[in-house]
Amino acid sequence: MHIPDGYLNPATSGVMLAAMVPVWTAAVRNVKKNLKARQVPLLAVGAAFSFVIMMFNVPIPGGSTGHAVGSVLVAILLGPWSACLAVTVALVIQALIFGDGGITAIGANCFNMAFVEVFTGYFIYKLLSGSSEITSGRRGIAAGAAGYIAINIAAFSASVMFGIQPILSHTADGQTLYCPYGLKTAVPAMLSGHLLVFGWVEAIVTALGIKYMQKTDQSLLEGGK
Amino acid sequence: MREGNKMKTVAKLWIWVGVFAVLSPLGLILPKVFKGGDAWGEWDAEGINGLVGYIPAGFQKLTDLWKAPLPDYTFRGWEDKGLIQNGFAYVVSAVAGSVIIWLTMRAISRLLIKKTWDK
Repeated sequence: MHIPDGYLNPATSGVMLAAMVPVWTAAVRNVKKNLKARQVPLLAVGAAFSFVIMMFNVPIPGGSTGHAVGSVLVAILLGPWSACLAVTVALVIQALIFGDGGITAIGANCFNMAFVEVFTGYFIYKLLSGSSEITSGRRGIAAGAAGYIAINIAAFSASVMFGIQPILSHTADGQTLYCPYGLKTAVPAMLSGHLLVFGWVEAIVTALGIKYMQKTDQSLLEGGK
Repeated sequence: MREGNKMKTVAKLWIWVGVFAVLSPLGLILPKVFKGGDAWGEWDAEGINGLVGYIPAGFQKLTDLWKAPLPDYTFRGWEDKGLIQNGFAYVVSAVAGSVIIWLTMRAISRLLIKKTWDK
């Protein structure tokens, strides 16, 4: 889901970056106000966790590869604003140091994985877990479902960015200037991979993460604000 | 008591990050073994050319814009080395990335929250 340089036209990249500015501003404000000093090391480990999880590429034999993002787990444990900041840092490091995701696409990639996935995942988890006990099995299921749905919404968002490129920029003879595939190809291709395989990986990562915290440190499941 | 638990949680989570870093070459090896191919929409110029028969002009201009120091989680020039070398580079990348993220988060947190980190 890491859109590389060259797949989005400058307008799309610019709009997505502009869209992220108020989100980042709000995230920084919120973290400044609400994050307690003792939670700060959690923010760092949350970002590092998301970073290493994304290295686990899972193949669809003979097809493509993809991976979990870990955004939803981080959002449940740290709250969505802290998670937005943590996943943003992971994505920026991936782009700068490892060339995973484009420099010009950083706004778009953060929009999909650090904003859309984080917030949809967080609210789906809240909705599904309701007022259940902290130790309830329902929370693991809620977390898994939230991970599955949220990564698919993020993948859909990425696929729309890819898919609108041929409409936005092409030469007179019909060659595209950026992503060569339109919505009819991009959306089914991205969604099928995530609905069939990568979404389940995200679901398992998120559910197991919550189960683990239920066993080791329930205090992290109480707040998440 | 509570504070102590919290500290332990963070330490445990870093151990998990370390475990994942050591296991990370699986993310390189499994796609090779099962012929997973590139992630959709993450092909290089050659890959796009193979798929659609041309390299889009705008793509051509932007694709090599950034020279990452550890491209695709390996060392420059190691792309064609074997799985063992690249697996090793993967672990180094996972550790390096985690350390850089830790330092970055520490710097950001210091700016955001006053005199907190070192407690």
